[in-house]
Amino acid sequence: MSHLLEVKDLKVSYHSYAGEVQSVRGVNFTVDTGESVAIVGESGCGKSVTAKTIMGLIQTPPGEIKKGSQILFEGKNLLDMNEKEWQAYRGSDCAIVFQDALAALNPTLTIGRQITEKIMIHTDMNKEDAMKEAERLLTLVGIPNPAKRLKQYPHEFSGGMRQRAMIAIALACQPKLLIADEPTTALDVTIQADIIDLLKDLQKEFQMAVIMITHDLGIVADIATKIVVMYAGKVVETGSNYDVFYNPRHPYTQALLRAVPRLDVEEDQELESIEGTPPNMIAPPAGCAFCTRCKHCMKICQKMEPPTYEFEDGHTAQCWLYHEYAQK
Amino acid sequence: MAKLVSPLTQAAINAEEFAKVEREKSYVEASFERGLLHHLGKALKDNKLALLCLIILCIIIFSSVFAFLSPYDPDAMDVMLKMAPPSAEHWFGTDELGRDSFTRALYGGRVSLTVGFAAMVVSVIIGTTVGSISGYVGGTVDAVLMRIVDIFQSVPSLLLIIVFFSFVPNNMMTLVVMLALFSWSGVARIVRAQTLTLKERDFVIAAKTLGVSHPMIILKHIIPNMTTQIIVAASLSVASAILDESALSFLGYGVALPKSSWGSMLQNAQQYILYDPLLALIPGAFILLTVLCLNILGDMLQHALDPKLHK
Amino acid sequence: MKKFVLKRFLQMALVWILVSMFAFAIIYFAPGDPLYMYMTPGATGHKLTEAELQAMRESLGLTGNVFQQYAAWAQKMMHGNWGISIQTKENVLSLILGKLPCTMGLMGASMVLSLIIAIPLGLIAGTHKNKLSDNIISALTYVGVSMPAFWLGIMLVIIFSMQLQWLPSSGMRSIGVNTTWDLVKHAIMPSIVLSMNNMAVFVRYIRSNTITQMEEEYVLTAVSKGISKKGIMYGQVLKNCMLPVITVVGSRFGTLVTGSFIVESVFNWPGLGTLAMSAINNRDYPVVMGITMFSCTILLLGNFLADILYGFADPRIKIGKE
Repeated sequence: MSHLLEVKDLKVSYHSYAGEVQSVRGVNFTVDTGESVAIVGESGCGKSVTAKTIMGLIQTPPGEIKKGSQILFEGKNLLDMNEKEWQAYRGSDCAIVFQDALAALNPTLTIGRQITEKIMIHTDMNKEDAMKEAERLLTLVGIPNPAKRLKQYPHEFSGGMRQRAMIAIALACQPKLLIADEPTTALDVTIQADIIDLLKDLQKEFQMAVIMITHDLGIVADIATKIVVMYAGKVVETGSNYDVFYNPRHPYTQALLRAVPRLDVEEDQELESIEGTPPNMIAPPAGCAFCTRCKHCMKICQKMEPPTYEFEDGHTAQCWLYHEYAQK
Repeated sequence: MAKLVSPLTQAAINAEEFAKVEREKSYVEASFERGLLHHLGKALKDNKLALLCLIILCIIIFSSVFAFLSPYDPDAMDVMLKMAPPSAEHWFGTDELGRDSFTRALYGGRVSLTVGFAAMVVSVIIGTTVGSISGYVGGTVDAVLMRIVDIFQSVPSLLLIIVFFSFVPNNMMTLVVMLALFSWSGVARIVRAQTLTLKERDFVIAAKTLGVSHPMIILKHIIPNMTTQIIVAASLSVASAILDESALSFLGYGVALPKSSWGSMLQNAQQYILYDPLLALIPGAFILLTVLCLNILGDMLQHALDPKLHK
Repeated sequence: MKKFVLKRFLQMALVWILVSMFAFAIIYFAPGDPLYMYMTPGATGHKLTEAELQAMRESLGLTGNVFQQYAAWAQKMMHGNWGISIQTKENVLSLILGKLPCTMGLMGASMVLSLIIAIPLGLIAGTHKNKLSDNIISALTYVGVSMPAFWLGIMLVIIFSMQLQWLPSSGMRSIGVNTTWDLVKHAIMPSIVLSMNNMAVFVRYIRSNTITQMEEEYVLTAVSKGISKKGIMYGQVLKNCMLPVITVVGSRFGTLVTGSFIVESVFNWPGLGTLAMSAINNRDYPVVMGITMFSCTILLLGNFLADILYGFADPRIKIGKE
């Protein structure tokens, strides 16, 4: 069994003025070819940092990828690669779509130039062929009038169209893995659905693996086959879409689900919010990071890191509640 | 039931240990917030250069204030000792009239620093008033005031001041007023930008709903919350006022005789550079050192304030 | 874009009108009857009668209230009648235009010099943030903005003219010598002194702009496309860094104008600055007024042209503001 991507014990810190911020504190998960995985968590939980590390976008310093971390892509550890290998990997094997397309696109270059420069790096196409390819890509992501659009600048696009153009850039050179870092957060709700549908269609069409990073569980239900729930730099629960939604094991996942409006439950059920704030990542707690906000918190949760339990096939959670001595 | 898959050793603890931990007093680590003063203090502590600048600046200011402790009278001439080289008695030598250069530099510093700080105070007062009103009121008032700021920033100030002084006699007062007149616009811009962000903050909105009057909101809630930005603007403003004053004095339109500033000492020394280059070196070095320290300190403060740097 | 140009033009015109009012005030409030500026006092010994004076006033537009006088004055200015110098009896406009090449040459040379040096230094400092090279360059820029220009001038004269005797200490040409090399030798120190402050400002601006641009998210996108560091620097960051420098150059024209006055005074450079200082010292108000008007116009035009140029260069303004 070989996975397309395997993240093993990934630890990433940022060195800041106030001290070392431990953004990611030991993350493990896998992605298979053609699989779509969602990483869910609130802001600051380390999900974006994880995504950027997979793309090799962490600047060191101030960032630091701890020794012992491994990211295996088709069996090869990305973290051992040199700059040349990274350049070949980025774009052709793996691509990323950022949250805010306006910031992520260069304001002074045309969309056409921004797509073709990627194509021309990874293939030996000339400028004309690259332009044709770019036109095909814009059509593919549903941008009308692509020939004209190629000559325009990012600020001439609407928000939704910009995100489509961003996806077109990512799709160029047919990467095996597409990372979408909160691709719809900055968009209107109606356009959000369009972009999600587009991503779903493209994923099916090209059998591309997709890592979808979001804080919105509603989006996840639609697109992901596997869900990874992160909290304070750690994975607290992973499992199939069905298992996590209908059988959440970690109190954090349970709380998250209670905070999402759902159509399939009784009308009078109230939405709940999660009290408190995530812990300070400069001095992360010794025990379970969720303990200060957890309804079922035991004293051991504050002292020691919880172990991982497996429930159904591939459905795991890190929580003391499942320890045999814990009071039910 | 759940199957333990974790390789973690803690999971293997037995019932006794589990119970023991559960009996212990619970503790939750408090998250800590750091104040502005803390950042400034830490910036000074971390940044040896800023600390050095602060010390040099204090020395220059104190020695100017206590210049009268010098054994020499800045205006006492000694015809036997014209343009003497540095010696144990005269640290920086003497000038063309045999006056002690070091003492004169200290007294010149009094004038330069007084003009610089006074011009800063006036320009900060005008700039803060205009900037906060412009930002707080908004609309037409803002547009008009900002156009005025634009105008003040797009005229050759030094030339206009010189032209003005060809009509009006120049003394400390008029000099300070003129320097301030052409430098408040920069402060106004900074204050306006700060006011725009502050007026959307909850505590200002709360004060409004409580019925606090607008002038009181500006005075009590907005201006106190941008003290550090104003300090930064002020330190840069002193620096540029000292530079401008020295240029004016050098051209003969600065502080009127018999008072002399570093700039007018330089104007005087220019005639004698052939015989005594030291006469020109000293006042200029004082200006450079003072302005340099002010600029560096201002920048360091600004960096300490930058939220990007201590996220 | 049209709207943008129009708006900037109106802004410039407004400031220009205010400046012209200031210039008019110089003449209006100048001690003595402005008529004396147009006469040769005591040349013939003939004392004008009150009737003759009145006729002269009417012909010169010096009757009526302030506003009428301003209108008449402005009209004369438009037609190039800027009055006559009290000192030399020359036409003020031709006097200014005669000195203009010297000052413009100095300003141009120093602007080119400061950009040639500042652009590479700023980029090096920005791309090597907090490394040794950045620290040295940043330290130099602090000295550059903190040093009084005239003092640097005096120090250079002491070193290169007095001690080493490499360069002439004042003037624009040696007497009787008419070679380009002689002119260049005279211009070296004034240009350096005049460019220093702007150079330091440009370096700091380019440095901080490079740092901000490098932190922009589009750089991450470029990295994620597999573009090399060099490719990103030259293909993406450089253009975005340099574009706003155009406006900064425009905004420095004020410093350039006043700076040239100081530098000309230190090096005795026969340009507008020297003319202005001697006019002010001799209370030659028509010349003072003319130079004030002229310097402000240069400065405003510089600002205006830089903004328009930037508008054309940056696609966000070029197309966005239709």
